[in-house]
Amino acid sequence: MKYFRNLILIETNESSIQKGSKEIFQALKKELMNKDLTDEINVLETGSLGLFGEGVCAVVYPDNIVYCNLTLDDIPELIEEHFVKGRVLTRLVMKKTVRNDIPLGYEKRIVLKNSGVINPENINDYLGVQGYEAWEHALLKKKPEEIVEIVKASGLRGRGGAGFPCGLKWSFTSSIESENKHVVINADEGEPGTFKDRLIMEGDPHKLLEGTMITSYAVGAHTAYIYIRGEYKLCIERLQKAIKQAYDYGLLGKNIFDTGYNLDVYLRIGAGAYVCGEETALIESMEGNRGNPRNKPPYPGQAGFQQYPTVVNNVETVTNIPSIILKGADWYKNIGTPESPGTKVFTILGDVDVPGLCEVEMGTTLRTIINRYGGGMKQGSRFKAALVGGAAGIFIPDEMLDVKMDFYSLAEYKAILGSGAILVMDNSVNIADMLESIIRFFRHESCGKCMPCSNGNEMLYRSIKAIKRGEADESELDKMVIIAETMHKTSFCALGQSLLLVVKSAIENFKDDFLTYLRNRKAVNN
Amino acid sequence: MYKDICQKYTPTKDNLIYILHDIQDSHPQNYVSEEAVEEVADYLKIPVNHIYGVLTFYTMYSTKPRGKYVIRLCESPPCYLRGSTNILKKLKELLKIKAGETTTNGLFTLELCACLGLCGNAPVMMINNDFYGDLNDDKVENIINKLQETEV
Amino acid sequence: MGRMINLTIDGKKVNVAENTTIIKAADEIGIKIPSLCYHEDLIPTSGCGVCVVEIEGSDMPKRACSTTVYEGMNVKTNSIQLRNLRKMLIELILADHHVDCPTCIANNKCELQDLAYYMGVKTEDIASLMKKEPVDDSSVSIVRDPNKCIACGRCVTVCNEIQTVYALTHVNRGFDVEINTPFSKGMADSICINCGQCAVYCPTAALTEKIETDQVWTELLNPAKHVVIQAAPAVRVTLGEEFGMEEGSLTVGKMYAAFRRLGFDAIFDTNFTADLTIMEEGTEFVTRFKEGGTLPLITSCSPGWVKFMETYYSDLADNVSTCKSPQQMFGALVKTFYAKEKNITPESITSVSIMPCTAKKFEARRSEMNDSGYQDVDYVLTTREIARMIKEAGIDFKHLEDEKADDLMGIYTGAGTIFGATGGVMEAALRSAYYLITGKNLPDCEIKAVRGMEGIKEAVVDVGGIKVKIAVAHSLGHARKLMDKIRKQIEETGKSDYHFIEVMACPGGCVGGGGQPFGSSLATRARRGETLYKEDKGLKLRFSHENPAVAALYEKFLGSPGSEIAHNLLHTHYFHRDKLEGKVVKEATYKNH
Repeated sequence: MKYFRNLILIETNESSIQKGSKEIFQALKKELMNKDLTDEINVLETGSLGLFGEGVCAVVYPDNIVYCNLTLDDIPELIEEHFVKGRVLTRLVMKKTVRNDIPLGYEKRIVLKNSGVINPENINDYLGVQGYEAWEHALLKKKPEEIVEIVKASGLRGRGGAGFPCGLKWSFTSSIESENKHVVINADEGEPGTFKDRLIMEGDPHKLLEGTMITSYAVGAHTAYIYIRGEYKLCIERLQKAIKQAYDYGLLGKNIFDTGYNLDVYLRIGAGAYVCGEETALIESMEGNRGNPRNKPPYPGQAGFQQYPTVVNNVETVTNIPSIILKGADWYKNIGTPESPGTKVFTILGDVDVPGLCEVEMGTTLRTIINRYGGGMKQGSRFKAALVGGAAGIFIPDEMLDVKMDFYSLAEYKAILGSGAILVMDNSVNIADMLESIIRFFRHESCGKCMPCSNGNEMLYRSIKAIKRGEADESELDKMVIIAETMHKTSFCALGQSLLLVVKSAIENFKDDFLTYLRNRKAVNN
Repeated sequence: MYKDICQKYTPTKDNLIYILHDIQDSHPQNYVSEEAVEEVADYLKIPVNHIYGVLTFYTMYSTKPRGKYVIRLCESPPCYLRGSTNILKKLKELLKIKAGETTTNGLFTLELCACLGLCGNAPVMMINNDFYGDLNDDKVENIINKLQETEV
Repeated sequence: MGRMINLTIDGKKVNVAENTTIIKAADEIGIKIPSLCYHEDLIPTSGCGVCVVEIEGSDMPKRACSTTVYEGMNVKTNSIQLRNLRKMLIELILADHHVDCPTCIANNKCELQDLAYYMGVKTEDIASLMKKEPVDDSSVSIVRDPNKCIACGRCVTVCNEIQTVYALTHVNRGFDVEINTPFSKGMADSICINCGQCAVYCPTAALTEKIETDQVWTELLNPAKHVVIQAAPAVRVTLGEEFGMEEGSLTVGKMYAAFRRLGFDAIFDTNFTADLTIMEEGTEFVTRFKEGGTLPLITSCSPGWVKFMETYYSDLADNVSTCKSPQQMFGALVKTFYAKEKNITPESITSVSIMPCTAKKFEARRSEMNDSGYQDVDYVLTTREIARMIKEAGIDFKHLEDEKADDLMGIYTGAGTIFGATGGVMEAALRSAYYLITGKNLPDCEIKAVRGMEGIKEAVVDVGGIKVKIAVAHSLGHARKLMDKIRKQIEETGKSDYHFIEVMACPGGCVGGGGQPFGSSLATRARRGETLYKEDKGLKLRFSHENPAVAALYEKFLGSPGSEIAHNLLHTHYFHRDKLEGKVVKEATYKNH
């Protein structure tokens, strides 16, 4: 067996490919070959390390040094300095020291534990970090009902948006007698500012796959689908590879581990519709229809894909499962808060010093996340608002920054935790502009099934445009809230219902931004 | 004409989305024609109107011919915050078309789209299957010029 | 029989079967929850949200149309919150609606107008979201006005689930959703078969018939024109509804009187040619039956069914009767037989028919429908259109004294009148087929097995010792099932075991036609049908072969059923149509001379 003295893991995901990580990967390999170091130093691709604004990043193990903003020109010097002379190339070392959790903090992670530590395209890497041990344990040592009980006891709640208790959801389906049950993993991530599922699938597809497998076994399904949006080409590629490797290793297919249990996993591709993130609309799309949500009840757990019992879970939810099975429900319950156990992936974007991702315990305050992980506001910026939860989220002003990020605490504000998107805005941003962008988004994504949402969004859009043109008065703001309230109470699904929170939080907390437009126009007219 | 593509899938309605993706990707003008719809209707034994309804619902499909390169610029809040409006202006300037239109030489179609899930690199656009992020005026000009050069 | 559920609605106790929706449960105790996109006959689309109700224990209002009851449910159908929500919803819908009530076809028949009026919605408070789109009046039968469409989806449900024609679909997404035909080609260039069920169920005037009243007025008020009218059986049991009379009122006499007052020169009846059709078709059936001709024989008087057959089942075109519909037989005779009898030049005759049907407008304009040497039927008016004309003329329909039709082509038997109900043509045909085969009349002429609202009715009728297997289908969804079965039988065994089939395109038969009053529910259609059977029962003559005017027609003009003249004027042929635009590709059958 080959022993390497160093391992360079260069993050290769859709974000870093943008910045040239593939070319740098090739250049590193070439340079090591030139220097005859390929027997001692190995270069691998890995998932996201967690920084968005630092160019191409790589981590060197076991030194735990993170290099950032790598360019092709840097490669010869990097190899020479770090690996030949044994000197850290300080000018390229990660400057944002606030993120000292990269990479040592990965140990505290659950869902993104392996992202930045292993090569996602090699099943052996995954096996090397206890990969598929949970699957083996579940299939050989536990009955399906027992798995459901463990997940119930762990308190795991859905990470897609609603936060419904996962084990409870499973129990609705596991108790039904049916030869034809299905599991669908919702990877149709469309919430603006959200790409945590992409990071999970690019960084650790095997963990998602293992979670899917355990879920299927627990509820009694023999087919599982991963429904992924059509734009996520790299994810699709990595998942296809992972699925094939799993079949090759006998982890999927017929009579797995000689237990008589069969399981097939398929990828299903979306075609561009945010509304298909709603579980019944997703199922409609899988059946080759327009993505209109269905009436609930019956819930998918009773009658879902082709009217068979179907469990629909979010990517992040399911990626928690292997660790829960391996380490037990009690271990999971002790992380986070009593009502919201576990961790949550957040993507911090906008006017912060260190845009990036972090996976922290539930209950961490928003202020901590922005300061400790986001590095606080970028130089010269003052915090104004954070849009939490994507377009279907809430504008959080300065006064609310100490809110704890967990289901229970956010529910007090009627907000949902869901996507984990945190978009930080400084004083230069006009919230009315952001609200217009949000309403445009919903107007584009409304499916058209119900009039409150399709006409309501159009009316809201007309209102905000009128305000920005200075052609309305203050009463228009009240009108907008009334329309959003009507949409909240009468829309058929959560898409139309979610306008109220974001409209209200924008208008109530940042009324001045709207009035500015009206005042400016008045000034112009006068 | 599309028999080969259709026959890669079993003739059930569930496979409609994927067949349509494949047909669109195989066409140099990135769309699904009326003839294609008739063939698919025949193969899957479903009505034409159902397929048309599906095609017009999902944003990735087009029932009208588009350019060789379909540019989809994200205008969702995170990209908006990072100046997607300016990128749109630049693209309109370079290509001399409005959003929803195709250049007269049939090379580029410009579309606005919703969040592509690459918000860490905002502002972002996709051209066919490729992402382009961290956009600014110069970068956009380089990308467009490069694509135009490969055509000559 | 499932279990029963007890719940409370507005303080009243209700007991209904499980799986009943709140709106239907409320209806049982006379509480009409306001609704717009919901119709009792159709699967709810859950679109408009107007029917929201408050349920104890739930913080969000729920749609009454698609929420099923549970034991102990406590529902409130009105409250300050609900009133405000409903009003706001109507405002949002009106914001994208071309408000044109005074001149709109659906004025006073519009469900959106009703709700806006009851709720006291003020349109000047509402910002407009409308972008004017062109009206699609390409089709001769149905007009689609996207500016009045509220995207409730009823028409899509009807066209796809009930009629299985698959002409209409939802197009685009969100606010841009519209209802259109594939590739937005317009109704005339689609596979629409003109049944008009979409128009009947449309809550606004987004889908209506192509109006021909102006043209008919012009003819009526032109002294040089001799305007002849025929009216279908279904019209006489429906017209009264347009004047506030009870559903299913029989108004034959008033109908004739109204026509006379409008100024028609000859008042005739399609029932007369219905009897004639039975003579021709009965003979056709007996001939095929005895001589081993193509069976089953399938009726051909429903033009929506005929176009449907030409599009989807043209391989069975030989099975379809060569007889024209009563409307078209009448048209061919009016400009030949009638013109000769009355010594009037055919050019000066305008032939108008009053139909419960929108497809008849298409049928009249089929290029082969000119055996008289002229377009056999010039104008077709729906029940709705003639009602407007009568109102415009200031005629007090309800209080008219009964009058009679003119004799020559206005006498009919009970067999003719039951054509308007599903199963009626079959029953009428059997009454005469029995006579043609056995030489005797059926002892009891009422054949109950073919009556009623069930989608497909089957029976084996004993005709003088011969077993005749028949089936009756109404609504094209059921017709499709029946045709698929017949096709399968022929594929597998070379023949079908059915002998005679009646198909009506519209649910309920012609009483439920596309030209009938807006919103006609299945229950209403059933009531109209029952009145036709009652009329039949009350008539002295109940067999087509006993109609003296029909006998006179053969004697004076046609000779005998199936004669050369009869063949030329009263029979037709069919075509293959493509499945995308419904256009004729080539002939499917030929008219032999």
